[in-house]
Amino acid sequence: MNVKILGSGCAKCNQLEKNTLTALNEMNIKADVEHVTDFAKIAAYGVMSTPALMLDDKVISMGRVLTVEDIKNIISK
Amino acid sequence: MNTVLLFLQDQILSMKWLNVIVGKFLNLIGLDTTLWLGGALQFFFYDVIKILILLSVLIFIISYIQSYFPPERTKKILGKYNGITARIISALLGTVTPFCSCSSIPLFIGFTSAGLPIGVTFSFLISSPLVDLGSLILLASIFGFKTAIVYVIVGLVLAVIGGTLIEKLHLENYIEDFVKNIANVDIENTVMTKHDRIDYAKEQVKLTVHKIYLYVLIGVGIGAIIHNVIPQEFIQMVLGENNPFSVIIATLVGIPMYADIFGTIPIAEALFSKGVELGTILSFMMAVTALSLPSMIMLRRAIKPKLLTIFVIIVTIGIILIGYGFNAFQYLLV
Repeated sequence: MNVKILGSGCAKCNQLEKNTLTALNEMNIKADVEHVTDFAKIAAYGVMSTPALMLDDKVISMGRVLTVEDIKNIISK
Repeated sequence: MNTVLLFLQDQILSMKWLNVIVGKFLNLIGLDTTLWLGGALQFFFYDVIKILILLSVLIFIISYIQSYFPPERTKKILGKYNGITARIISALLGTVTPFCSCSSIPLFIGFTSAGLPIGVTFSFLISSPLVDLGSLILLASIFGFKTAIVYVIVGLVLAVIGGTLIEKLHLENYIEDFVKNIANVDIENTVMTKHDRIDYAKEQVKLTVHKIYLYVLIGVGIGAIIHNVIPQEFIQMVLGENNPFSVIIATLVGIPMYADIFGTIPIAEALFSKGVELGTILSFMMAVTALSLPSMIMLRRAIKPKLLTIFVIIVTIGIILIGYGFNAFQYLLV
């Protein structure tokens, strides 16, 4: 699974990354986790509000810091 | 109708009853609220509690509404309009689209890559921090509904004029090249159920309170000092109606500052009670929210210095003019 966290390094983006890593850990999933901070790349995905979460190159959420529970629910769908 | 509005303003928004309760409580524990310490403490506790309550309720309602207007949707809507209509709609949407300054660059890129004219983007960028549903209610709580509505209209006009000026000056070449080279991508909006929206709204309340409670405490602290410690004569001298430069001073002091609008409210309240004019106070609040060092630093990454400077100058002059305007017409509003 490929996971991307899009955000320019503000507190919210770091929190989303933390929550994501925790969720993956608790679900025992091995995934490539990337934190994309380059604006050009973020915009290239069509994202306009950060932080954003992508799973396998699909944008799952934008502009929200998902909780660990939210992330786990989304992954298990 | 008037009595209803007044009640709404005095007891629901200003929570004057809360001030009375805090005062009585302080008196009970032996503090004289007519003296500076008791008075300052009364102001401090009343204002902190009031703002936190208003904050939570307002942010919840507003976030719920804003969940219908993600920037991606705004971008698509704006693509359908041209000219000044597009800028007006952009300014209006700026007030309901959730916007954090760390998103300013992705947003700028998104709008530009979608082919939206530079003026439309700037109308959005000006109105977004300046006018929002939350500040409307808060202003009403201090200065009344008439002032709040005029503020919103004036803020929108500034956003449209600012965007128009930047458009007419043909400053597109001053957008950083990498922004112009990004292809437009339209994402489908994530579908949200009512439950999702309520979750989102609750989350925004938690996040926002956590993010700004410090600004509120500091703002109320400063407000309490202005209210009870700094002599009225000094404030009058610097910001009062006999100082023709009061608006300019208030604006220039506010520009580099970064504070949430909720943090400026107690300062505004305190200044108002010390006889500072309406326009001077509004200029201060507008300068603090519309422009700040952090947001300018962020914007610099997407636009070149010349455009950034012109943007700051246009907004500053606009705020100063609005300030003098409100001072002149204050007698009609408060």
